[in-house]
Amino acid sequence: MESPLLHLALVGTPNSGKTSLFNALTGSRQKVANYPGVTVERKEGGFVTPQGRQISLVDLPGTYSLRGRSPDEEITRDFVLGRATGEVLPDLVLCVADSTNLRLTIRLLLELKSTGRPLALVLNMFDIAKRRGVTVDVAGLSQALGVPVVTSIAVRKGGTDDLLQLTDHLLARAEAATGDRANTWRPLTVPELRATQREADRIIAATVSLPERPDTWTARIDSVALHPVGGLLILLAILFVMFQGVFAWAQPLMQLLSAAFDALGQLVHDQLPEGLLQSFLQNGVISGVGSVIVFLPQIIIIFLFILLLEDFGYMARAAFLMDRIMGGAGLHGRAFIPLLSSFACAIPGIMATRVIDNRRDRLTTILIAPLMTCSARIPVYTLIISAFIPPTKVWGLINLQGLVMFGLYAAGIVSALLVSFLVKFFLMRDYQPAPFMLELPDYKLPRLRGIAIGVYTRAKMFLQRAGTTIFAMMVLIWFLASFPQPPEAATEPAINYSLAAMIGQAIAPLLTPVGFNWQIAVALVPGMAAREVAVAALGTVYAIEGGKEAAEQIGQVLASKWSLATALALLAWYIFAPQCASTLAVIRRETGSWRWMAVTFVYMFALAYAAAFATYHIAVAMGAG
Amino acid sequence: MSEICDTRPPLPLGLARRGYTGTIQHLAAGGATSSLPDVELESRLIELGFVEGARVEILHEGIVGRDPIAVRVDNITVAVRRREAMAVIVA
Repeated sequence: MESPLLHLALVGTPNSGKTSLFNALTGSRQKVANYPGVTVERKEGGFVTPQGRQISLVDLPGTYSLRGRSPDEEITRDFVLGRATGEVLPDLVLCVADSTNLRLTIRLLLELKSTGRPLALVLNMFDIAKRRGVTVDVAGLSQALGVPVVTSIAVRKGGTDDLLQLTDHLLARAEAATGDRANTWRPLTVPELRATQREADRIIAATVSLPERPDTWTARIDSVALHPVGGLLILLAILFVMFQGVFAWAQPLMQLLSAAFDALGQLVHDQLPEGLLQSFLQNGVISGVGSVIVFLPQIIIIFLFILLLEDFGYMARAAFLMDRIMGGAGLHGRAFIPLLSSFACAIPGIMATRVIDNRRDRLTTILIAPLMTCSARIPVYTLIISAFIPPTKVWGLINLQGLVMFGLYAAGIVSALLVSFLVKFFLMRDYQPAPFMLELPDYKLPRLRGIAIGVYTRAKMFLQRAGTTIFAMMVLIWFLASFPQPPEAATEPAINYSLAAMIGQAIAPLLTPVGFNWQIAVALVPGMAAREVAVAALGTVYAIEGGKEAAEQIGQVLASKWSLATALALLAWYIFAPQCASTLAVIRRETGSWRWMAVTFVYMFALAYAAAFATYHIAVAMGAG
Repeated sequence: MSEICDTRPPLPLGLARRGYTGTIQHLAAGGATSSLPDVELESRLIELGFVEGARVEILHEGIVGRDPIAVRVDNITVAVRRREAMAVIVA
């Protein structure tokens, strides 16, 4: 008989090592709903216990209490209390503690007891605690708490064996028991909160002995990393290396991928007879999807950096360093992490704003997150820069192409800060700054397995997107660009007779003032689905217009067909344009309103049009038309 | 509780400088100009370990207005702004 699926939930304070325990238990058998930020999204995975029970495990967002003061913490509370829609009450709640830092978790555990759910305390990172001289009387702790306690070392092989055994034991006991214990949880008053903390401290004093000295490594690193001046310089250096990595290190891999897709396209071209099928496969499918998949190395590198910094414990420090500086623009220190993630993609960035508990701070961060230059803009920028900007050296050492790229990033950041400042100034004048209260966890060596799983999940999502949304768009564009077929005696290129040309020419008058031609107009329409599609779309449009050679050297074709002013205007357009349906959908979901989605779309569109208009006319006036 | 600070007058943690060490005497959310209601501010401080008798040390200060501060509270480190730290009375 198939055993029933049992539900387990991981609950714990932020930085308790829940995620690494989750990875250790479920391996890569994880389902991440939609787009993940670290522990911000609902993560579910499966495993089988030694006695053969089928388990579904959910990794809940970190929290210090069940009060639920941010959307993130509400998820945890509702899940544990069985209030979440579409979720079942967990059969067992595992409260995960960082063994080196038990105070806050024990208090949380005392609160969790009142929910009546079967409960166990997992002392995670037990090896680190031992090494630092922390000794825990596990049996005594269990007795004092009235809850089973087990130690685990999530990052070591076999480090979760005891936990798995206990899980079986507790689930067997829960199966034998009749009826649930009553849920008596309600939000704690301040005196109760204080009393539970005292109770927790009393239990810890009786069962845990702490070493005399705190972790010296963290103190040593922080004396540099949190130095008012030195710390900021280090932060800047880290960001510099990160972007260097994204652009320089990814290049060889990208060229390899690009060459592979060209070869594949050529193979199809040679094998198939001249005609529609050949054109569809080579121009529509292979060159279209390929031109997007080429960016996989950059996406892997940027996520690798973000996950490494997060795991190391640096992200909280970055927020500390940036808090007052960002405060000048009306942003909260915690907004730094979501905004940094937005350089990879605005979607995980917007989802990561859930850690900001103040609604107004969260909203401002969501509004400006899409202005951070996401990785999907990189294809567009790279294509146009390499086609129009000569790789000459400025002042002898700086590459002009790199400088323009940097300028585009800087323009995104500066305009984000400006928008935030204006929102603060005009829309929310009576606003009081929300508090910044954040635990700075001890530094830990990043766990490679967890990082690998994290990067893998995100790369998989990117490829799925390339395989579905982008693929569908490419087929559509190829179709629009290929039909209707030109008449027999046609003298002009085939594409001029197509639907794409008709659509492009219909929109073109709107875009003529900013210097765009109808081919750009055609590319911008599917580019609404995802920014990077525009590159592939331009490729398809010009490939069908100009034949095979054009597809292979799209950059050179653009350089011969566009003026410099048009190219610069398109770059300016791309800094701002709200061309990403998924981002807009996530804004709608995270703000819970169509209104804010509309606000984002309209303000970004207006900025894009104004920026492109200004750029084009200034460039023409300077003789670049 | 530590005996070394008996001679010092109580002081809000928000006014202390880097290197300051002391013991939490009590919480006075009413004394802080936080945007949070008093009860909420007090709850959050307790949840981060700011309870009576805890030993505190200011480890780091931010660059703008020496704000925020990184405080060692017993054996964890917490970042807070000075405006919220005004609610923590230390000596």
